Amino acid sequence: MTEAHDREGGIESFTLRLRRYDPESGEAPYWDEHTVELEAHRSVLEAILQARDRFDGSIGIRCSCRQAICGSCGVRVNGEPALACHTHLDAARGGSGADGVIEIEPMGNMPVIKDLIVDMDEVHWKKIQRVTPWLLAKQPVPEREYLVPRESMVDVTQTMACIQCGACVSDCLAMEVDPGFIGPAALAKAYRFVGDPRDDQQYERLNDLAQDPQGIFDCTHCFKCVEACPKDVNPMGQIMRLRRVAIADHHIRDHNNGERHEAAFATLIKDNGLLWEAELLPRSYGGNSFFGKFAPSAAKELLSSLPSIFKALARGKVTLAGALKPHKIPSEDLKAVQGIYDKVEGRERRYELNLYISGSDEDNAPVVPEQAAVGATPSTVAPPRPDPGPPSAAEEESVTHQGGAGADASADDPEAGSEGSNSQ
Amino acid sequence: MPAHDVLIIGAGLAGQRAALAAAQNGASVAIMSKVHPVRSHSVAAAGGINAAISIDDDWHSHAYDTVKGSDYLGDQDAIEVMCSEAPAEVMHLEHIGVTFHRNDKGEMDLRAFGGASMKRTAYVADITGQAMLHVLYEQLMKHHETVERFEEWFTTSLLLDDNGRCAGVIARDVRSGTLEAFTAKNVILACGGAGQVYKPTTNGLIVTGDGIALAYRAGAPLMDMEMVQYHPTCLVETGILITEGARGEGAHLLNANGERFMEKSAPNKMELASRDVVSRAEQIEINEGRGVGPHGAGIFLDVTVVPRRRTLEALREIVNLGRDFAGVDITREPIMIRPGQHYIMGGVKTDVDGRTSIEGLYAAGEVACVSVHGGNRLGANSLLDTLIFGRRAGEDAAARAAAMGPPRVETLAPLRADAERIDAIIARPHQGRRVSEIKAELGEAMNRHAAVFRDEEGLQSALQTVARLREEAETAWIDDRGTVFNQDVLGALELGFLLDCAEATVVAALERKESRGAQFRTDYPARNDAEWLKHIDVALGPDGPVVSYSPVTITQWEPEERKY
Repeated sequence: MTEAHDREGGIESFTLRLRRYDPESGEAPYWDEHTVELEAHRSVLEAILQARDRFDGSIGIRCSCRQAICGSCGVRVNGEPALACHTHLDAARGGSGADGVIEIEPMGNMPVIKDLIVDMDEVHWKKIQRVTPWLLAKQPVPEREYLVPRESMVDVTQTMACIQCGACVSDCLAMEVDPGFIGPAALAKAYRFVGDPRDDQQYERLNDLAQDPQGIFDCTHCFKCVEACPKDVNPMGQIMRLRRVAIADHHIRDHNNGERHEAAFATLIKDNGLLWEAELLPRSYGGNSFFGKFAPSAAKELLSSLPSIFKALARGKVTLAGALKPHKIPSEDLKAVQGIYDKVEGRERRYELNLYISGSDEDNAPVVPEQAAVGATPSTVAPPRPDPGPPSAAEEESVTHQGGAGADASADDPEAGSEGSNSQ
Repeated sequence: MPAHDVLIIGAGLAGQRAALAAAQNGASVAIMSKVHPVRSHSVAAAGGINAAISIDDDWHSHAYDTVKGSDYLGDQDAIEVMCSEAPAEVMHLEHIGVTFHRNDKGEMDLRAFGGASMKRTAYVADITGQAMLHVLYEQLMKHHETVERFEEWFTTSLLLDDNGRCAGVIARDVRSGTLEAFTAKNVILACGGAGQVYKPTTNGLIVTGDGIALAYRAGAPLMDMEMVQYHPTCLVETGILITEGARGEGAHLLNANGERFMEKSAPNKMELASRDVVSRAEQIEINEGRGVGPHGAGIFLDVTVVPRRRTLEALREIVNLGRDFAGVDITREPIMIRPGQHYIMGGVKTDVDGRTSIEGLYAAGEVACVSVHGGNRLGANSLLDTLIFGRRAGEDAAARAAAMGPPRVETLAPLRADAERIDAIIARPHQGRRVSEIKAELGEAMNRHAAVFRDEEGLQSALQTVARLREEAETAWIDDRGTVFNQDVLGALELGFLLDCAEATVVAALERKESRGAQFRTDYPARNDAEWLKHIDVALGPDGPVVSYSPVTITQWEPEERKY
């Protein structure tokens, strides 16, 4: 989106195809088309409101702020979840079918009440309530504010930026299969407390979410929520961070075997450079050794998986050789892969990508001198400052942040090394 | 029939804070809102909240800045209450979870804001209102056993008993269309301002003056209604707000000649003068042909002078707004803005405990006028206002409820009256005008005649327009004949609220024959303390609005010329 702000764009026609549903009519949902006249850079919400104001006042949609902050107008535009106010008409037409008609439907995974209005209480807010969504503050409460590192507050601001619009819930694939999955929005909300140094229950929260079969290990790592989120909250990234804190900092071993499953992914790739699918299950249950596969739980899981295994063999998806031997990659490639592990695992602290600290993705390209971020001693983060007077304060902060951003930018994607995808 | 000690209408910051305070004081509490609480317009407050929490600061300094910002129309006793209680309130919010940005020592960081003599604005990036609203909602979820929530219930009228005491409300469940009576020992209105009276406005579509009109119709006087704030930095096309935090972080305002024109009207504070001063200065540049962009209708806000990393961290939301709603990367080029309707200083007249002139009826937040903002509100004082007076109203209402018996009020007749009123709107034939047309015309007329610069002629024309639109609204028709989520019929009710608010604003603006704060009369361009250092009250009489005056409370700061 790089149009100039002072454009005087011409008025164009846009046709909307709205998914309507009147619960009182006894009729099934139907499509309703309206053509509106607006500049191309106006939003889909403005188009819907024009249709409502001019042609049919009964079109139902929640909306208020028109600037992507109240979170009311979550819908699907051409099948993809979005805020109507945050989607330009030209972009929406670009993403439409051959007829150029913009299709607008209610969000998914939630029951429809009327037209574009869904029941968020029934799904979204119940899940939010599930994660104990309030601060369980450390005691005693100080007289003034809690003294906490500035980075930690900036860090949780990313999840605080969630506007509860439901776009991520709408298209969560895991939730489609398992409606009980706590889901991206609620788990991002959970990170908001887990990452908050004032909270006293980090371990308890994580243990709860790790042991719940519909908790953090129920995410299938599909990135749908990351794409859907209009506020860059990166819900899946927050779920992965919950896993990392649970596993690496609290050594939580969950009944769902999520932690060992991740470890199996990571160690298999470290050993072989590529995933060795046949070994994944034994390692997930029996741990990282040759004898792991003889662990009772691994055998049990293997037995229960036999029907799938036979089916796969019968259909030629798996061969006996493939099952017995890992994939081979050239040794220099393997070394390169292992080098990533060494670099990531050799760090004193994990680097976590946070857009509020590091700016946009584009900002991660030009790197200012590589320096450590949160874990570093103060002297390596920012030059010592004798007397930070008010006028220079902003600049000083920006220096600190170049340090933080540089480190983030230089970091290899932490997700590449320390976690594997999980497909329970 | 639901019955509670304290019933709160509106679930933004003032309403949620009132609910939590009332519950903490032992009252049975219900909070009702026509939208889900986190959709409330408090969510859009960006820049921060003022409080003298710095070691070098003193609440008296904050109070003085507020008095001066109000152009001496603010009541100083109320301002003292607000500013002296501010630090503890902000600390309370920090303790329950608001993620205020920190400095390198781990203390709350403070940013500069307009009209403030030092940095005293605590913030969460530029989503402070959102962070606070969501944290208060976390607390409502936590206290769900003591605070009953009625989300998506639209209040249609107040219930008054035989003694004229407020004893509850009639409300419509938006989802089912059911109308129900709620009784309460005390009712707190906390349902925000009336920005939708104007078009364009920074305010959300839900900000339709419901509470102001409900109280006005019940007989409560409104105060300072002529004082309408135009925010200096709104996107030219859509009116979307760009936070004052941008100028707080150092951004400049430039005219077509590239001049920082604020040096003419505010040589010391420059871009950080009070909002009325900056908006006026911008409008003068635009009117005198030094504006930028198509038709010279804008001014450049240059954020590129703020270090980029700082912008990305502390002004992230407006980076997104610039990109998504104006196609501009504000870290690399200036963005075109103009003054736009943002806030109303006026509202239902209350005391410092939120009590209105009607027994049992309280008001807090933008719906109310205490008056702490007087002629012009300082940036980052509105969040403070909602919390301080929301809490005080909740505490007072709970304390008084403890000593009261259950309300005795006839509910059937009012319930039937509202049902018939709504049915009649739904049944109107398709003749005359649509509700949406009338609303648009009202907004445009108000933005033309009751804006930054006003005069007798324009205001008279606005008054006539409002009167005509009120007539047309009597027969305005809608499409939706259903009961489930009939937003159309609610829009018709909202239009009625908007017309009441607009009328009170125009009447008060005509009455005040001077220039003070946000009211600048080109036909009376000077401030006139001898005649007009007083509040204008507007109450509903049998034949329409009736004007009266009330004194301004002055405790320690005598009026003087305002310079920034």
